Amino acid sequence: MPDRTALVYRYDGTYAGLLCCAAECFRDKRLPADIQPLDEPQGTLLPVKAIATDEALARRVELSAEKRISRRARRMLREAFLTCMEHKEMRMIRFLLLGYKYGDRVRMLTTNEDVYEILQALRYLNNEANRYIEFTRFSDLGEFLAAEIAPNNNVLPLVAPHFCDRFPAENLMIFDKTHGLGFLHRRGGEREFFQADALTLPPPSEEEAAYRALWKNFYRTVAVEGRENPNLRRTHMPMRYWAEMTEMRDAVPIHK
Amino acid sequence: MELLDKLSILTDAAKYDVACTSSGVDRPGQPGMLGNAARAGICHSFAADGRCISLLKVLMSNDCAYDCAYCVNRRSVDGPRATFTPEELVRLTIGFYRRNYIEGLFLSSAVVKNPDHTCEQMLAVLKLLRERERFNGYIHVKAIPGTSPRLTHQLGLYADRMSVNIELPSQASLALLAPQKSKEKILGPMGQIRDTIAESRYELARYKGAPAFAPAGQSTQMIIGATPETDRQILLLSEGLYKKYQLKRVFFSAYMPVVADRNLPARNTPPPLLREHRLYQADWLLRFYGFEARELLDEDRPDFDPLLDPKCGWALRHMEQFPVEINRAPYEMLLRVPGIGVKSAQRIRAARRYQALDFAALKKLGVVLKRARFFILCNGKSASPLPMDNPLLIAGAVADRGERIRKTVPPEQLTFFPPTKEDDVKCLTGQL
Repeated sequence: MPDRTALVYRYDGTYAGLLCCAAECFRDKRLPADIQPLDEPQGTLLPVKAIATDEALARRVELSAEKRISRRARRMLREAFLTCMEHKEMRMIRFLLLGYKYGDRVRMLTTNEDVYEILQALRYLNNEANRYIEFTRFSDLGEFLAAEIAPNNNVLPLVAPHFCDRFPAENLMIFDKTHGLGFLHRRGGEREFFQADALTLPPPSEEEAAYRALWKNFYRTVAVEGRENPNLRRTHMPMRYWAEMTEMRDAVPIHK
Repeated sequence: MELLDKLSILTDAAKYDVACTSSGVDRPGQPGMLGNAARAGICHSFAADGRCISLLKVLMSNDCAYDCAYCVNRRSVDGPRATFTPEELVRLTIGFYRRNYIEGLFLSSAVVKNPDHTCEQMLAVLKLLRERERFNGYIHVKAIPGTSPRLTHQLGLYADRMSVNIELPSQASLALLAPQKSKEKILGPMGQIRDTIAESRYELARYKGAPAFAPAGQSTQMIIGATPETDRQILLLSEGLYKKYQLKRVFFSAYMPVVADRNLPARNTPPPLLREHRLYQADWLLRFYGFEARELLDEDRPDFDPLLDPKCGWALRHMEQFPVEINRAPYEMLLRVPGIGVKSAQRIRAARRYQALDFAALKKLGVVLKRARFFILCNGKSASPLPMDNPLLIAGAVADRGERIRKTVPPEQLTFFPPTKEDDVKCLTGQL
């Protein structure tokens, strides 16, 4: 396709919006110079074209990805949208084009820069999601088990199903501070995502404080003194997770 | 006694147990129940020693009737003793599990009164968890040697994984340090568990509702460095255990001198961490890389080289099999190349179907070229910066020069007049 125009697309920041940008590229038969979400402060001198989101159109593009590339590629695109990769919008559209050309083989073209970067970003996303399955800490607020996380990638959609499966009989709330995204799961199985700027959790109840103290005590005791190895601990549990972890919160160094 | 104090005492007593994994069973959550289990296991935290905390690892009690020399809980030690009631332990497990602190319970115990009594106490905890609390998470339970087979069987019906500690790598050491335990007493339950697991697998294949017995298999652990066995003996033993008893894991625990005993290393001996590391590396080679114990070590060389990892050691002794051509070598041979792990070998196998691989591509696939370059060819080209006819030269280049190694020789104050042999004698006689 087509060489670049000196044009920047802006979309509403949703996945459907991005797929509409892809449709716009086809219609225009040219790739834009860049694609940016609407809420990003405008940092370009190039002319801007706002792309309206049309759910039906987005659905058509997504289905075409499955039909003409593969189901896996469609899933890859969906997940790539959750990553924090730079210029992910352009990379994803170029990946889509490459997919139309090569079919499912596109996933193996690791020598292509876009494919390689997307695979790397997906690896990062999945690793981080796994880390949050491990390190998320809930507090019992009486009616809810609540947790806060601060991931770099938008891992909540990947992490939430795990906790729903694990605690079917609990009311759960997980809030992603970085992306302002929350997740609610109710006892009956009802689930929903919600947007919020910030969330304040009430102070721990007596019982909650007691369990926290027990856990911290266990954590301290279970380490074998003669084998202390702070490097190994940081490798497995990087310090950026510590602020949200009950047992490590006191060990977080204060940066000014 | 407060629950907090009990937890401290009984965690402190259990922390030398190393087999703390939550892997081996995949069990989705169920409505009305609490928890699920993931095949790969989930670590929830990492302690200051860098080891994973996956399960709530505690002893039911540390009030032991036995007197094993190496153990912190032996009868003759004067220390605080505590015993959990089943109710307390259940509350702790559920409270921790709901907060996502842990993946389940790891329950072991000192021998209170006699093995059967201990086992009944542990069984009570498991029953409460599974039946009253509808706990669907992971449970690892230790079988106590000497328990009646009926009780061991019942434990296995509630637990995911069972383990029997083999404790020491030979019968002679066992007789010396743990006179109340014997090879037969340990291998007895191990064999029973193996047979029941096999039976239960067969039953499950025929009837969907058959009770599952320890679906995540069994494991064991032994102490390294308390007794004079060589690495070769230890590795052959663990290979035998994998083959004969179908164990999922054999864990090694570097001996931490916690008690003074004339049959044990002195109190200030540092734990042989590097040796433990080498044994684990070899253990992985046995389980995932298709190596056999006798290939890795022979009678002339019964211990691992502290500077070379076991795979490099093997490769350097078998330079006639190298270099291998990355684009054509069979998968089994790729696995044997130092610097290529299971994942990168699989990636190579997948990627070379689409294009010929060069060194840059290998780097992207995650191969550690620092080591691998001496052993591979890409399209007939070598990237070795050294002549390939001298294994010693290559050994120097691939040797482990990490921090850990440098630490093994403690620094020493230099002196013009170092103490001589005579001075040592004078010290002893009191002349100096």
